[in-house]
Amino acid sequence: MLLSHGGEPSPATEPVARWTVEQVLSLAPDDASRKAGNKLASAGHWSGTGHDASGAVWGLCKGSGSKPYQTVVDTTGPAYKCSCPSRKFPCKHALGLLLLRASGDGQVQQGEPADWASQWLEGRRGRAEAKQARQAAAASGESAPGPADTAAARKRAERRAERAASGALELEQRLTDLLRGGLATADRAGYTLWEETAARMVDAQAPGLAGRVRELGAIPGSGPGWPVRLLEECSLLHLLDTAWLGRERLPEPLAATVRTRVGLPVSAEGPPVRDHWLVLAQYDTADGRLTTRRIWLYGRESGRTALLLSFGAAGRAPELALPVGVTVDAELTPYPGGGLRADLGRRFATPVPVPATPPPGGPAEAALAAYGEALRGDPWLDGWPVTLRDVIPVPSGGGWQLADAEGTDALPLAPAALSRQGLWKLVALSGGAPVTVFGELGHRGFDPFTAWDTGAGRGGGPGEAGGGTVRLI
Amino acid sequence: MPSTTTGPTTVASSTAVASYPLAPLPWEELVTSALLGTDRRPPTAPGGQVPADGAGALLDAAALHTVRRRAGLLPAVAGARPAPAPHDPRPGLPEAARHRLAQLLADRAAPAASGRRGAAPDLTELIPQWLAGANQQGFRAPADLVPPLLDAARARTDLRPQALAFAGPLGLWLAALNPEWKFALRGSAAGALVPDTDDPETVRTLWEEGLFAERVALLDAVRAQDPAAALELLTTTWSTERAEDRLMFLDALRTGLGAGDEEFLEQALTDRSRNVRATAAELLSALPSSAFAGRMAARAASCVHPDRTGAGLSIAVEAPHECDAGMQRDGVAAVPPNGRGRRSWWLGQLVEATPLGVWQERFGGRPPEEIVALPVADDWAGELHAAWCRAAIRQRDPHWARALLGEASAPPADSPGPASIAERSKLLAVLSEAERADWVAAFIAAHGLSEAFQLLGVCTVPWTGPLGRAVVDALDIARDGGSYPWSFSGVMGLAERCLDPAEADRLEVLTATPDEREGASPGAGSYWSEAFQRLVSTLRLRAAMEAELTA
Repeated sequence: MLLSHGGEPSPATEPVARWTVEQVLSLAPDDASRKAGNKLASAGHWSGTGHDASGAVWGLCKGSGSKPYQTVVDTTGPAYKCSCPSRKFPCKHALGLLLLRASGDGQVQQGEPADWASQWLEGRRGRAEAKQARQAAAASGESAPGPADTAAARKRAERRAERAASGALELEQRLTDLLRGGLATADRAGYTLWEETAARMVDAQAPGLAGRVRELGAIPGSGPGWPVRLLEECSLLHLLDTAWLGRERLPEPLAATVRTRVGLPVSAEGPPVRDHWLVLAQYDTADGRLTTRRIWLYGRESGRTALLLSFGAAGRAPELALPVGVTVDAELTPYPGGGLRADLGRRFATPVPVPATPPPGGPAEAALAAYGEALRGDPWLDGWPVTLRDVIPVPSGGGWQLADAEGTDALPLAPAALSRQGLWKLVALSGGAPVTVFGELGHRGFDPFTAWDTGAGRGGGPGEAGGGTVRLI
Repeated sequence: MPSTTTGPTTVASSTAVASYPLAPLPWEELVTSALLGTDRRPPTAPGGQVPADGAGALLDAAALHTVRRRAGLLPAVAGARPAPAPHDPRPGLPEAARHRLAQLLADRAAPAASGRRGAAPDLTELIPQWLAGANQQGFRAPADLVPPLLDAARARTDLRPQALAFAGPLGLWLAALNPEWKFALRGSAAGALVPDTDDPETVRTLWEEGLFAERVALLDAVRAQDPAAALELLTTTWSTERAEDRLMFLDALRTGLGAGDEEFLEQALTDRSRNVRATAAELLSALPSSAFAGRMAARAASCVHPDRTGAGLSIAVEAPHECDAGMQRDGVAAVPPNGRGRRSWWLGQLVEATPLGVWQERFGGRPPEEIVALPVADDWAGELHAAWCRAAIRQRDPHWARALLGEASAPPADSPGPASIAERSKLLAVLSEAERADWVAAFIAAHGLSEAFQLLGVCTVPWTGPLGRAVVDALDIARDGGSYPWSFSGVMGLAERCLDPAEADRLEVLTATPDEREGASPGAGSYWSEAFQRLVSTLRLRAAMEAELTA
């Protein structure tokens, strides 16, 4: 396929493939930045632009002051540096620069980085290498902490576990009190009771318990059937309390899961897995104090699915950002327990945009079976990542479901998905024909994140690169 | 929700019974106990045993049920699958154009920046142009961009025709599933629905049984192919149609109007509805050889005479003294609007409906330019010229339109036609594209931009070289005058959308910030520089958009 715009070399001969506009826009921390970045995506604003074979892009952007802003992006990170005062990450200048590069009318030429850009790039890459060296050293046990350190650390961890246990005991007391008095009175008690309990759990250094308690507070009066939902969630919280209190008797992976769920610090420690990781989805949730970014990855060779978490303070997007649809050659270090969470380790190359090739998926029933199986290792799971192959979005009693193209099975869409714009993108992409969809399946239904046109040729197909992978969130 | 396993609750193993005494209880039983409280309603295990810690045991059992229910979810039963969207044979967009559209639509959806516009192009304003280009090239909309496209069309009616054409069958298919996009289905009744006119039987059935919108679309389609057949179709049911429907159907006859329609229109002059009568009269007056035009010409000629009594030739006007039954039958409205004299009102209507060729005959074969230059007695000039203007617009006569517009550079008060910019722009629309642009260019060169906005609106896009230069020169002069650019924001905005993109390089010099001069408004120079920067970058962007669509 030849991409013909102004004699730009095709991606095959270009050492580092450009990100597409959609991919760049997916990096933006919010809509306002997206819009501001768009406005800066024309050559008139820029001078001294360039990119090099290692994936760095730089340029000078005319601002309101006399001195232009110096913007440089290392797309292998991705990492951004800009002399503007914005606290947003990436800032509108970085987005505008990447968009200018994505538009690909040859306005950003290959070359040697300017001095100010190369300083930062070299410094950054030097630090990254040093960090990798440290990690490698730590992995081979060269600089293992001394026995005194270990003992102190163990003592600290034990103290913290005890505090969490006293929190769990207190929570148990509240739950049983609630059950003795009856759930019917729970909506009269009001939200403050739960807030107060959550604050106690924060004091007990058990943020996982605190979060669950806060969610309990939102259930009373949340629509028909709320007492049943409240009983379910109370019972699962009770299960978590008792599991933590009896953690010595749990098998190791389950104990690790419980530890994570209670909210005690856990670090990635499994052997690193190197693979070409396809970025399936990236989305943020904010709870007022903290923005949590989830990035789902799929290992092309290993067939593993992994979850990267990164966090940002309120109003600031988390720093780690990977555009949906690229593949990263990297090592991931899994967390203990049966979960999918991992840390991103060493990266061996620049992320590369790939043609739309979804992970192999299955029908609705297989997806439910996978969720059921996952509950065995983690009964507190809200959702499990699955890829549904050849499903058709079907309207169903005010909501939507994804129905297998063959047979009579279907999965309802989760309520959260129904109010999102992505729903209609999904329906449009399908046009009544089968599509492949990645998302999380839970007891509330399926929440779609990314969709691929599987060849009915309606939305993507040859000649429309980038048209095949569609972000829904 | 997926349904849950419905089989009988599996009997828990003996160890489970020991640690979960309430596990065998049905879920409903647990819910009841939990709602009322275990103090009031102690849960009782099968066999009558009441656990000591009722609440804890209840939570144990509920957890077991909850996890088991979640792990045992079964697929829901699929509902009726929607019929697939019709195939769209148009080719997909080139990659760069696809990205551009995504960018334009993303910009629309993002919150609007507040305050004065900066140096960057206003992307939302370019959507109509982008859509027109894409439709001209015959591309199919990318499926995932159809929803934002429909949202954009929902918010802006002016986008709808182009957006719906671009969205194609997938757009209509989607609109049927989302009540927010209902407008698309309404629009399609007249627009996208092109009836099949090949089979006379189908045409007849649709004409007799179709919905109103379908019938209008059918009549338009038949008229475009075979004017006589459309007239014949209309005649079959004419006497039974409702008055407002008759008016709409009559409108369809504007297309391909010819001598063959005269008889029918003559009859319509006696219609029960006044609006129908007026429309029939208007259509007849566009047929210069019709008997109607002859009657009007005779009446008008008896009112407007050459007068040779003075030094040179002049025009004498004797307005009608009554509006007789014959005039009323020919569509002349007898009662004037408030504030207008009856006689001048009648005169205006007569002259407006008279074929313009009549006047050349009456004034010794003089061309229109000379006729409009003749002095008119007794202050009738305004009335007479205004009526000639309306006649030139209705009869689409460029020769008369040119004469009435006069010299573009002349002060408006000296022009033969009316000084109203609205009527001038209507006269301009009668001229050829090139002539129109030249006239407006000359007007701007002479009078500046303050009155040019409406005149620019009738010029074709992109503007011709002379017109574009005239606009840019006038902007440059306004800048030198030291005024603020936002006094010209309307023309600036038009220039961004209508200037030939090839002008961008030539305009680059205007983006420099000039030195502040005495007497100029504070900061105006840098604001102008910003405005010109936006103009240049918008033109560059438009050039890029065009290139992407034709790549």
